[in-house]
Amino acid sequence: MDLFGDYTLRLVALGSAVLGATSGALGAFAYLRRQSLLGDAVSHAALPGIAIAFLLTGSKAPLVLMVGAGLAGWIGTLVVRVVVGRSRVPYDSALGIVLSVFFGVGLVLLTFIQKQPNAAQAGLDSFLFGQAASLLRQDVVTMAVLAAAALVILALLWKEFKLLSFDPDFASSLGLPVQRLDGLLTLLLVMAIVIGLQTVGVVLMSAMIVAPAAAARQWSRRLLPMVFLAALIGVFSGVAGSLMSSIVPRLPTGPTIVLVLSVVVVGSLMLAPQRGLVWRFLRLGRLLRAPDLDPVLMHLYALSLQHAGDPEHGHNIAVLRTMSPSGADVGAALEGLADRGLAQQTGDGLWAPTPIGRREAERVLEREAES
Amino acid sequence: MSPELEIVLIGVVTAVAAALPGTYLVLRRTALVSDAISHAILPGIVVAFFFTHDLNSPLLLLAAAATGVLAVVLIEVLIRSRLVPEDASIGLVFPALFSIGVILISRYAGGVHLDTDSVLLGELAFAPFDRLLVGGVDLGPRALWTMGAILILNLVVIGLAWKELKLATVDAGLATLLGFSPALIHYSLMTLVSITAVGAFDAVGSILVVALMIAPPATAYLVVDRFAPMLWLGAVVAAVSAVLGYGVAFLLDVSIAGSMAGACGLLFLIAFLFAPRRGLLAQGRRRAVQRLDLGVRMLVVHLLHHQDTEAAEEECGLPRLHRHLQWSVGRTQHVVREAERRTLVERSGELLRATDAGSRLAEAAITGEFLILDS
Repeated sequence: MDLFGDYTLRLVALGSAVLGATSGALGAFAYLRRQSLLGDAVSHAALPGIAIAFLLTGSKAPLVLMVGAGLAGWIGTLVVRVVVGRSRVPYDSALGIVLSVFFGVGLVLLTFIQKQPNAAQAGLDSFLFGQAASLLRQDVVTMAVLAAAALVILALLWKEFKLLSFDPDFASSLGLPVQRLDGLLTLLLVMAIVIGLQTVGVVLMSAMIVAPAAAARQWSRRLLPMVFLAALIGVFSGVAGSLMSSIVPRLPTGPTIVLVLSVVVVGSLMLAPQRGLVWRFLRLGRLLRAPDLDPVLMHLYALSLQHAGDPEHGHNIAVLRTMSPSGADVGAALEGLADRGLAQQTGDGLWAPTPIGRREAERVLEREAES
Repeated sequence: MSPELEIVLIGVVTAVAAALPGTYLVLRRTALVSDAISHAILPGIVVAFFFTHDLNSPLLLLAAAATGVLAVVLIEVLIRSRLVPEDASIGLVFPALFSIGVILISRYAGGVHLDTDSVLLGELAFAPFDRLLVGGVDLGPRALWTMGAILILNLVVIGLAWKELKLATVDAGLATLLGFSPALIHYSLMTLVSITAVGAFDAVGSILVVALMIAPPATAYLVVDRFAPMLWLGAVVAAVSAVLGYGVAFLLDVSIAGSMAGACGLLFLIAFLFAPRRGLLAQGRRRAVQRLDLGVRMLVVHLLHHQDTEAAEEECGLPRLHRHLQWSVGRTQHVVREAERRTLVERSGELLRATDAGSRLAEAAITGEFLILDS
């Protein structure tokens, strides 16, 4: 089947790619700035903006609705800032209040609009869970223009935003307008969220901010690769999820994209080199299974001290076994010591420390005496 | 009972039941866990519904509550792995679980009572149609009984574990030191939150659960300083929000749940602006008083410094006083009037002079001693 030959599907794929790229790239900054949940508040807070924009203009033009959503979302971030700054209400409670109250007001307005006699309001509630199939050409064009603007600003102020994210105090000591940069970066985040609302919906849009960044962070310790990878993951999940939901009936877009993303995140948490849980687990297993060489060497050394005149005297492996805790693989440990030239086999089942081994054992003793 | 009254009653009981555990969430700075739980219970509800075919079955309630606790465990696991920071962990877990729930509903539960809108938004208006019948006798709306039972459960648990919950909330370190298990307390609380969210979500939807759990306790937090008053004031605020919200929804014929969330926000805004001592208005008034007081002290210091010198007429004369103090004319007049009212300065013609009391205050200000003024 020629997936991309279909006009609607091509449009959907393009729109989702645009949304994935912006939310991935800007989400990376939100993630690093510990603002993951701000995205949740902003996307919920956008709902009344969509409704008011429609009520005021009677238009469902994408730009009108996006401006409304963006304004409401931005006001939401301001409210959070004022509440936290001017009262003792904690940050997370302020987010929760903005999120739920704005969303509640949005619902009131949506139900109010639905009671209106004209039928033009149909489709506004697709903003709840998103509807990729409803994307029109003008929607995608608007999304692309906004996305391009946001990404260009991000690229132009890259160094400033980077510094702001990692060391705001240093940034301010350099004379950068930290407050204004912070506001601008938050505004870009709001734009990224607004771009995705129609496709993913207000309820799950926050996942588009957090998840690509969380996955990308596992693979990279540096900002630039992380941002690119997050954008890439956003594009992939957005396109995969919205195509699936366009093809399979009764598969809502937002949740599908989020599930694709979640799989990517789980995979990254498991497999990412060094950090990944699978590697960590394997490393732990190797550590547990690997025979502990030091104790056996020390036992061997202790035994050799009893034969001061004949340091090369062989000692029976059975004796060493009784000295070690049960279950320890003494044979493997002795092989390991022999590999390193610390012990030698002097007969069948008889072992002795080499001169290097004795020196190593003395060094271990000294180290222990010091600590 | 009329259906309207029943709806209000269900709303009030739900609101109070939610605000009680919410108080602990706000104080423990885990408010957004309520957001996570209220979304994460959805797949539990759906899967349990496939088995029981009854939204009101206690089994469904428990299964769904278990999913909520599972979400909390998943979040903890992510945080413990140190691969993801705390806020992102919350933001990763609940959208995934919620998405599973929404997809299950839209794929397999078409046509039944369960649909995505009611999940998210609640259908309080329909709650009175679902009656609890025992032996053919109508005992009232079922939601009222469910939420009433959950409210009593919350009250009992909070009553029994009052000391432990309070201590673990206010001073977690001391609680651990005294031998209370923080994990046990944390998960008990999360279980309560889950059960409450499950019970409430059918009536009011998952978003309103968040509004009711966080906004009323936060409102109370702006008004009172002690723990017990915060708990009951939060409950009262929640109940008032429910009544107010229903009134607005009834008048405008709009979403009841949304309107109640809006009412929660309105009450929070009122407290934020007008709360005694902590409100914006009180803060502003306090600042104005302090500014005026500082002005008076500066004025008497200035007068003491220049009166009885040759430049007294220039420095202490009303016409040019504001220039020397570098104040606006308005502020100068305001401060002078206040200083005269407190008889710290006296006026002869255009010339100002610090009184004995004013001189004492000025000397104290110069030596760094802080004299309390009688105002």
